[in-house]
Amino acid sequence: MILTVAGNKKEYADGLTVAELIEIEQIETPQYATVSVDDEFISGDAFGETQLHDGASVEFLYFMGGGQ
Amino acid sequence: MAFTNEQLERYSRHILLSEVGVKGQKKLLDARVLIIGAGGLGAPCALYLAAAGVGTIGVADADEVDLSNLQRQVIHSTPDVGKAKVESAKESINAINPDVTVKTYRTFVSADNVMDLISDYDFIIDGTDNFPAKFLINDACVLAKKPFSHAGIIRFKGQLMTYVPGQGPCYRCVFKNPPPPDAVPTCRQAGVIGTMGGVIGTLQAMEAIKYFIGKGELLTGSLLTYDALSMTFRKIKLPKNPGCEVCGEHPSILAPFDYEQAVCDLK
Repeated sequence: MILTVAGNKKEYADGLTVAELIEIEQIETPQYATVSVDDEFISGDAFGETQLHDGASVEFLYFMGGGQ
Repeated sequence: MAFTNEQLERYSRHILLSEVGVKGQKKLLDARVLIIGAGGLGAPCALYLAAAGVGTIGVADADEVDLSNLQRQVIHSTPDVGKAKVESAKESINAINPDVTVKTYRTFVSADNVMDLISDYDFIIDGTDNFPAKFLINDACVLAKKPFSHAGIIRFKGQLMTYVPGQGPCYRCVFKNPPPPDAVPTCRQAGVIGTMGGVIGTLQAMEAIKYFIGKGELLTGSLLTYDALSMTFRKIKLPKNPGCEVCGEHPSILAPFDYEQAVCDLK
């Protein structure tokens, strides 16, 4: 299936979960990343059970604390 | 209020724009913006808002200018080292534009003073460098129904979003709670390219100006991310979180509160 991950379209195995995608994409400190699938937030404890479907768009949002 | 000849000349490049014009420039001169943190983000933001003729600019910061600030905090100069940042910022703003009234607050922003501080302003700029402050500003602005621009910068990356009451998600909708101290690096620990504050802080000023002139699209419901190394800007759609603890359907946060500050941020 085709997913759009952080704006890039790529081929992934069918039935992939958010947790598996996090591993494949080597997301740093995923426990502090916010994930949205098709413009809906996925709660951290649902990463393992949330299956992605063909054509889904996934975004990873990261804490950025600097400013001074 | 009629423009003086000097003002007509000073703001002529704004007045020429159909989106600003005399009307928009008057709105800017009547506008009141509070900048929390006169640092990497707040410095360029304050300079451009001052140049644009934002009539009242409040600057809140408890720190003094340090030599290590000057790589990015362009509102301060070498002779300002050791001076209160709010004083140094006020001098720079006044030098650029005497039309601007500057109010200074030499204090850390906390749950005790944040509601008072923001109450006199129409738009707030979050230029702070730590998560407890960012969540505090978010909660206070949501509770007081004040629009604000959130931003963060680190290394070669930056991001920002705009909150306007009733128009899309707040910062807490997206990030829920601060990460534990030291779980996510700050720029004091990880470093930041000085220009990043210039890019993102100036975008915060742009959001404030667009808010006041009422033109264009704001970053409400969007996070704009910038990666300087790959030179990529991305605008990521942000949904509203109905379960948000401060702006959701059943909010549990009814007053601003302080998170414990990471030790490294107390300096």
